[in-house]
Amino acid sequence: MPQDPTASQRYRPPSLTDKGALARLAAIGGVVLAIAVCFANVAGWLSPGRLSQARFIDRFERLNGVHAGFRRNHAKGVCVTGSFESNGHGVRLSKAVVFKPGRVPVVGRVSLSGGYPYLPDGGKDVRALGLSFRPLDGEEWRTAMINIPVFVVKDPKAFYEQLLASHPDPAMGKPDLAKMAAFTAAHPEFAVAMKVITSNPFSSGFANARYNGLNAFRFVNAADVVTPVRWSMVPTEPFAPDTPEQAKSSDKNYLFDDLIARLARGPLQWHLIVTIGQLGDATDDATMSWPGDREHVDVGTLTIDRAETEAPGNCRDINFDPLVLPSGIEPSDDPLLTARSAAYSESFTRREGETKTPSAVQVPVTGKGS
Amino acid sequence: MARHRRFPFLSRILHWTMAAMIVAMLFIGIGMVGSVSEYHWLFSIHKPLGILVLVLVAIRLVNRLFNPPPPLPSGMLGWQRLAAHGSHVVLYALMFAVPLVGWTMLSAARYPIVLYGPLQLPPIAPQSPTLFAVLRETHTVLALLLFATFLIHLSAALMHALIFRDDVFPSMTFFAFAGDKEAGVTGSDPQSGAEGSAAATVAKKV
Repeated sequence: MPQDPTASQRYRPPSLTDKGALARLAAIGGVVLAIAVCFANVAGWLSPGRLSQARFIDRFERLNGVHAGFRRNHAKGVCVTGSFESNGHGVRLSKAVVFKPGRVPVVGRVSLSGGYPYLPDGGKDVRALGLSFRPLDGEEWRTAMINIPVFVVKDPKAFYEQLLASHPDPAMGKPDLAKMAAFTAAHPEFAVAMKVITSNPFSSGFANARYNGLNAFRFVNAADVVTPVRWSMVPTEPFAPDTPEQAKSSDKNYLFDDLIARLARGPLQWHLIVTIGQLGDATDDATMSWPGDREHVDVGTLTIDRAETEAPGNCRDINFDPLVLPSGIEPSDDPLLTARSAAYSESFTRREGETKTPSAVQVPVTGKGS
Repeated sequence: MARHRRFPFLSRILHWTMAAMIVAMLFIGIGMVGSVSEYHWLFSIHKPLGILVLVLVAIRLVNRLFNPPPPLPSGMLGWQRLAAHGSHVVLYALMFAVPLVGWTMLSAARYPIVLYGPLQLPPIAPQSPTLFAVLRETHTVLALLLFATFLIHLSAALMHALIFRDDVFPSMTFFAFAGDKEAGVTGSDPQSGAEGSAAATVAKKV
């Protein structure tokens, strides 16, 4: 288009002597810069001390090393599948589809705590069960539970510090007692929680372990009545304590192989027990037990009938994010929940982009259940 | 008066609604991945708001075909026209791409795509760790590119309002054109008014 020289004059750069124009140009630059600085601040780029998901997972990697393709915590595990038979007793508490009477397919993962995917099983390792309930006509529910009755810290910052304080000193092979003492002094809830944890002996295996959700949640029923809850998977297998002899096994995957062998003989079952909190029960502090007289509701039975080696498309590629919740289950005010969701997400993002190596726990083809 | 042409009313509504949403989304997105304690509630907003942006940009593109924007002022230089058209193509492309990549990447990770309560979107990609990893990175890169394009767009809009003082900025607003109050002056006349009064009218507008 031919340009009218008078009209195009205003689109030329302003003269350096035009102080008004220069001031307005500076103002434009100032506005844009201010927005960019706000953005950088919200991103955390200007505050290197802020606890971000990346820094959380960086600490796991710094302490445990990077084991490509594996979870940064609970690295060693095996997939399981089965179903959940809801008895309908949960309906009065939550409108979640999973609690309507009926059977729901379940994909899960059994694991040991820690960031090392090939470490031999140990009697003191925390056992975990991650589950994904997949109702055909409703929303998915994921939960990740462990076999200790309360958690060791109550907020993400304390967990971040505890990771470092309790990590074995490379020179001594044990946690640095001075660091641990400093941490315990700063977090009195840690010692209280540890007392509860150590007074509950671990079971002899995965099959007879009780898995606890630890964090409180809110159940919302069809009438929008909110109930504070915690939940546990309580095994039908009789309890037998873990013994030091077990750890002497020549099989470095003895806990997992026991589970696989047990599943080859038949399915395992757990009852999903929902504990109903009352006014005054802490929902924001996973280090505190609720009083023992709280109402317990058995809402259904989990049946695990098959173990599978971690492989593409099975539990290996699922993030057991405790905040993947159906309508009818909501997060409580527990600060650990959002932190777990954030850290799991970062761990998932990193491992999914990495080359995978075979897992330590291999399920023999003949060992598979029916 | 006839020389003033605004964006159609619906276009202006869509522009400012989406401007607020997209800027909020960019801050929510970068804030949520950089945070532990604010992650969940921000992510809960991020998903439905992102899908709303996708719906609105589709409506906006259709609206643009039926209600085209006013032409650029005739005096703009060649490179300025190119930059104006080019940046709008980039803006539209990113307004579609960022939410679509987000939806696809959540599908590839096999996350449920929860909008609100029981309202969820279906997956639009098969479960794939590799696809997720690539798209997760792409989502961030494209979002940062969108933020950069937004800053350029804002700078250009302010240049039109404060330096060029043409019809471009007011054509997207709901205010009167600067020159309309001065009888016989079109407001698009570069020589109109003394320096001081022009600055005053701009100050009133912005």
